[in-house]
Amino acid sequence: MNAPGTPPSGQPPDTTESEEDARVRKVEIIISTVLRVGVVTSLLVVVVGLVVSFVKHPAYRTSSAIRVAVVHGANPYPHTLGGIIVGLQHGDGTAIITFGLLLLLLTPIMRVAVSIFTFVYQRDRTFVVITSTVLAVLVTSFLLGRAGG
Amino acid sequence: MSLLAFSLVLFSICLAAGALGSLLGLGGGIIVVPALTLLFNVPIRLAIGASIISVIATSSGAAAAYVRERITNMRVGMFLELGTTTGAVTGAIIAGLVGARALFVVFGLVLAYSALQMFRNRHETAATDVPPDRWADDLRLHDHYHDEAEGREVHYRVTHTKAGLGLMYVAGAVSGLLGIGSGALKVPSMDLAMRLPIKVSTATSNFMIGVTAAASAGVYFARGDIEPFIAAPVAAGVLIGATAGARLLPRLHSRSVRGIFVAVLVLISVQMLVKGLA
Repeated sequence: MNAPGTPPSGQPPDTTESEEDARVRKVEIIISTVLRVGVVTSLLVVVVGLVVSFVKHPAYRTSSAIRVAVVHGANPYPHTLGGIIVGLQHGDGTAIITFGLLLLLLTPIMRVAVSIFTFVYQRDRTFVVITSTVLAVLVTSFLLGRAGG
Repeated sequence: MSLLAFSLVLFSICLAAGALGSLLGLGGGIIVVPALTLLFNVPIRLAIGASIISVIATSSGAAAAYVRERITNMRVGMFLELGTTTGAVTGAIIAGLVGARALFVVFGLVLAYSALQMFRNRHETAATDVPPDRWADDLRLHDHYHDEAEGREVHYRVTHTKAGLGLMYVAGAVSGLLGIGSGALKVPSMDLAMRLPIKVSTATSNFMIGVTAAASAGVYFARGDIEPFIAAPVAAGVLIGATAGARLLPRLHSRSVRGIFVAVLVLISVQMLVKGLA
């Protein structure tokens, strides 16, 4: 028995199969690109935030007291969307880092959201439903997080 | 030690965590949590927050490569995410109710169990003569990938899809509880129950763990468990490490991947049990 996408040897692949293969390949490139863009963007924002923090606060480079405070969660940092936005408006390094981390957290969610469209494109109704359900769970969990926090 | 020095040391450790995590489908949290708690005395709550970041970074960095190279079985991954995400939400909700000590013990036992199972199964190879499974047929999960180390196309058939989904719910719950991607459970589930080749299991685990972690990330973020100066060096190190590690997997032999996987699990399992029971 052949796995999908492998025509029996000696026969040319029929058009529907190679067309489907081309679609699958396209989808793989799209998904891979979504992940790459998310990863690179968040990494850049996080690094900018770190540089801003260490330039603005000389104590971060010398004092061990700051490190002890950070390690125990005693150094203030934003953990609400509002807090991040206010911090960004003030060019606060900590807020920039947190924003970058949030972009990273959103990358897998973006990947799931984009896959819904790729399954529509592949005319695969079962997987449209499966992927939509996963996205719904993810969104619910984020809302639960806000309510619980 | 200044905050800058701390960041640089943590960044270096996380380069290794990312590389190893991307090879084994483990998410790197498995190194980040012990490193933070044992080396820097970070409270488990913040260590888990940072490891959520590590898991998502490993997953996204590695999966970008594995999907393009067609090692990942995306259909299997996306189907199993039904179980991992619902499990993760469950786990994240109960996590606040469990003490740090108990978490260490649970973490250690989970890893020991995974290692034992993987070791027992060390002689298995990718098979096409698996028990027929209607779910796998209907969902069109059977696939093939190009194994660079063996220099051939490896065809495989997927089985026990329903059992796999159940195990993923448990894996998701554990990862929500402990803040690890629980690739430690996902890889053995795909390997032992669903009979995927080991490289496909680790690549597909990598693909899923980011989504599992994202399902509980909202809860951790709102609770303030993600400290930016701990999480930032972790994110940067792991992302770069994972991208490098993803170049290595295709060239390694399956036997080596399995061997490293088991060794890493045993090591960290012992570490965590000692911490929890001491």
